[in-house]
Amino acid sequence: MEFHSILNSLTYLAPEITVSAALILVVLFDLILGKNKKALPVIALAGMVAASFFVFQQMTFNGFAFSKVSQPWINVGMITVDSFGAFFKSIVILATVLVIFFSFSSEEIKKSFDRLGEYYTLVLGMVLGMFLMISASDLLLVYLSLELVSLSSYVLAGFTKLRERSSEAALKYIIYGAVSSGLMLFGISILFGMTGSTNLYVINSLLQAPNINHLALAFAGILIFAGIGYKISAAPFHFWTPDVYEGAPITITAFLSVASKAAGFALLIRFVKITFISGVAPSGHWQMIPAFPWKEFLIVISILTMTLGNFSALWQTNLKRLLAYSSIAHAGYILMGIAVLSNQGLIAVLIYFGIYAFMNLGAFFIVMLIANKIGSEELEDYKGLGYTMPFLGVTFGMFLVSLIGLPPSAGFIGKLYLFIALVDAKMIVVAVIALLNTVVSLYYYIKVLREMFLAKPASPSTAFKLSPLSLILIIVMLAPVVIFGVYFNPIVEFAKGCVTILGL
Amino acid sequence: MAYFPILSFITFLPILGMLIILCIPGKQEKFIKVFSAVITGLQVLLAGIILNSYNYSLPGVFHQNSYQFIEKFRWIEISGLSWIGTIKIDYFLGIDGISAPMVLLTALISFIATLSSWNISKSIKGYFALFLLLDAGMMGVFVALDFFLFYVFWELMLLPMYFLIGIWGGPRKEYAAIKFFIYTLFGSVFMLLVMIGLYFSCTEVLANGTRAFTFNLIALMDPKNYTATGILSPFNPGNLRFAAYIALFVGFAIKIPMFPFHTWLPDAHVEAPTPISVILAGVLLKMGTYGIIRICFPIFPEITRQVAWYIALFGAINIVYGALCAMAQKDFKKLIAYSSVSHMGYVLLGMASLTTVGINGAIFQMFNHGTITAMLFLLVGVIYDRAHTRGLDDFGGLALKMPMYAGFVTVAFFAAIGLPSMSGFISESFVFLGAFSVSSIRIITIVSTLGILLGASYMLWALQRVYLGKFNEKWSALTDLDAREYAMFIPLTIIIFILGIYPSFMLNIMNTSVNSLVDFMNKMPASFSALKF
Repeated sequence: MEFHSILNSLTYLAPEITVSAALILVVLFDLILGKNKKALPVIALAGMVAASFFVFQQMTFNGFAFSKVSQPWINVGMITVDSFGAFFKSIVILATVLVIFFSFSSEEIKKSFDRLGEYYTLVLGMVLGMFLMISASDLLLVYLSLELVSLSSYVLAGFTKLRERSSEAALKYIIYGAVSSGLMLFGISILFGMTGSTNLYVINSLLQAPNINHLALAFAGILIFAGIGYKISAAPFHFWTPDVYEGAPITITAFLSVASKAAGFALLIRFVKITFISGVAPSGHWQMIPAFPWKEFLIVISILTMTLGNFSALWQTNLKRLLAYSSIAHAGYILMGIAVLSNQGLIAVLIYFGIYAFMNLGAFFIVMLIANKIGSEELEDYKGLGYTMPFLGVTFGMFLVSLIGLPPSAGFIGKLYLFIALVDAKMIVVAVIALLNTVVSLYYYIKVLREMFLAKPASPSTAFKLSPLSLILIIVMLAPVVIFGVYFNPIVEFAKGCVTILGL
Repeated sequence: MAYFPILSFITFLPILGMLIILCIPGKQEKFIKVFSAVITGLQVLLAGIILNSYNYSLPGVFHQNSYQFIEKFRWIEISGLSWIGTIKIDYFLGIDGISAPMVLLTALISFIATLSSWNISKSIKGYFALFLLLDAGMMGVFVALDFFLFYVFWELMLLPMYFLIGIWGGPRKEYAAIKFFIYTLFGSVFMLLVMIGLYFSCTEVLANGTRAFTFNLIALMDPKNYTATGILSPFNPGNLRFAAYIALFVGFAIKIPMFPFHTWLPDAHVEAPTPISVILAGVLLKMGTYGIIRICFPIFPEITRQVAWYIALFGAINIVYGALCAMAQKDFKKLIAYSSVSHMGYVLLGMASLTTVGINGAIFQMFNHGTITAMLFLLVGVIYDRAHTRGLDDFGGLALKMPMYAGFVTVAFFAAIGLPSMSGFISESFVFLGAFSVSSIRIITIVSTLGILLGASYMLWALQRVYLGKFNEKWSALTDLDAREYAMFIPLTIIIFILGIYPSFMLNIMNTSVNSLVDFMNKMPASFSALKF
């Protein structure tokens, strides 16, 4: 690779470079400023704003960074920049910005005031990893970026050192993470052994050959999925999720449930679509290399994920755990959209994710606000919340209704598009199972509403005043949930413009 | 009048009211009550205006241009990518002879339910805000002509209903509320699937001459609009129309509620506060049968004819089973809940006849049951407010103490039994006339007439136990009706008598539409291969 090619590639990496710069600045200022940490989140925020500017540019920008020049496959590279990646990067940025704001008002984070430098460094490290995960088109980079995200998140999950729960969460997270990344590495090595390349595009063209060993490929596919499945907490790799979500500080839980999942899904979609595709039919359906039955595989995983997530959520009494299982169920719905293996499915996934980010972050934020005051996330402490704090109760209710997917909330639009994609692909049985799952999910979401509105307020009253910042944040997250429910043109148009995945 | 968007007004007025109520401090209880009454009163006024300028000769049903008070705007339009086509959803409202009576009924019952909400004492603000939201959802269902819009309104009422039962209800309110919610959601998720399936099977010509998939209910009724390969297209030999019909029908049947999906109803009624019972019985149940007539029948005419016998059978089961259950009840409200099950059976039976008389009778019965049962629940509410019990055996001889009240009770009971000169008689006899004329369901009809007998017996027995006989001294402190209660009962009584003596008032509204619906259903061939695609 020549030097000027590397220089050229850097222009494609503007968002990543910005994040890295912000990261370095945070480390430096942490050292210089000493006790006064007020500037750190501001730097992080500024970094994210600058990154969002570059990501926005990438919306209409396609190309490869670090491309090969000496191979028959010219113009495929390690990093793929396309509108699809830009979409998920903007989800990550959105989640990061909101989570930084969450951290302003989080009591948990305030308690570890002296380590704020680490906190923001690690958050930015995770963002960098996620950006790379989203655009990685080379197995090596896939693995490295995944590890970067994982390592940062292990530390963040155990950030509140003094809480036993938190340490336990971090340890569990590491063990599960280590196992699944080991599995993934094994899968990668098989794939490399079969094709002699780590570049997904090159692998794709080699896999088109008729004499591929199906068994080995299936192994590789499943093992690599293990690594990604762990990131998106798909069954059966989801066991860490409730414990980690419960133990980690809520800001990090919210971050993991949206940003880290977004990166995982982006990686999964890119990996499946680039590596295993053989063509796109005019109807928008992807024709896959017959070597591995991705469709059936993903359908089974998605049904397992949503069913396990929803049924386990039924018995939860801790809000964080409940939302953890709910996020597993949502991962199942999204997987179903991927399993359609079509552009329609892809659009549906993008729409769903755009909406999911708002409603899930919103729900976690309100849980955090309440935990700040009463120091608990137990469902029974929410008794009568709708009367003691009507605004918080009603807005939380709206987020939950959107998570159920009832019209006229944005969550319904997300589900609608998923089902449209399913019905279009004639996957009626899957759609029926998913719909029944929705009915099941109603029960545990409504359980929260029931505690808030149907139960008598506990005495003494736990009412408190919301800070203006919290108020604004809630409204910022609630507005799309309400508006997109009634008028969803913008988000669909936006998602529609972001389906370009470089490749076939 | 022609360009005034009256249907939007009548639908969204309550939402406007809700928003205003949310801005009023909760302490202004009196004002909130009066304000809600004004809003729902205005709705009645608007319904009156609609009825006044309603053109009786336009059929509607499957002629887009002969619907009235049409409002049609593009709500969502997402221009096409090559593989997904244009996605469009219309904001499409309009009424015809099938929905006009329902609009009137909804406005009327909402107003009366608001009046009967005067005794609600817990969080007035929340109650009326939710109540008005519910009102908007119900009205929307009856005026929407786009399936998507219909679905949104249909689901919109679930949440307010859950809270209205769950917060202001009786001792087992939480159980009743969640049961109601889960049952209805279970039904409606399948409706969603059918809706999407229909969407992908049917196209409509756009203004620019291209065709696009559509949720337009009227376009969905025309077989010519279906594509050759859509999964719910009659031209596709492997279509899933039968399964879709069943799914859709079950979704509506849960709401009616049709046996065996009726078990949520007694629970919901017993636990719900009086005004909500009134809404539930008066309007919500009608949404199920309305959905069947508006959507199942004209969109799936060939399957409707295939399954009509079963619909009639379930209707008969509803009639007889509901009546038998009613007879066994000791709780006044539960008795009326089961009588609702029985009376909704008549609607099913009338619809299943697929004759003009039968369907006229069915729609008329929907209206009449709405008014009569609303009155019955209000009457139970009156006594429950005063005595705080509803046990049928706890009372006795109340007619001595509360003569005016007993008078209204007698009117309502006899109307429910179907005494001539009252509205229930006309609709039930129309149902039987229609059903009896169809030879295949004649036996079922004959069995169903048993329902009248059973109806008379449980109603009269209840009347005897509560209002006649020896006065139970325990209740000597009870007072007769007050002015507000008169205001609720007198209009209902007048309607019951007017429609009993001069039914054409209502029948004329629906007759043209029903005729055209029946024509349309009969014209459709059993197999669509005959139609040229």
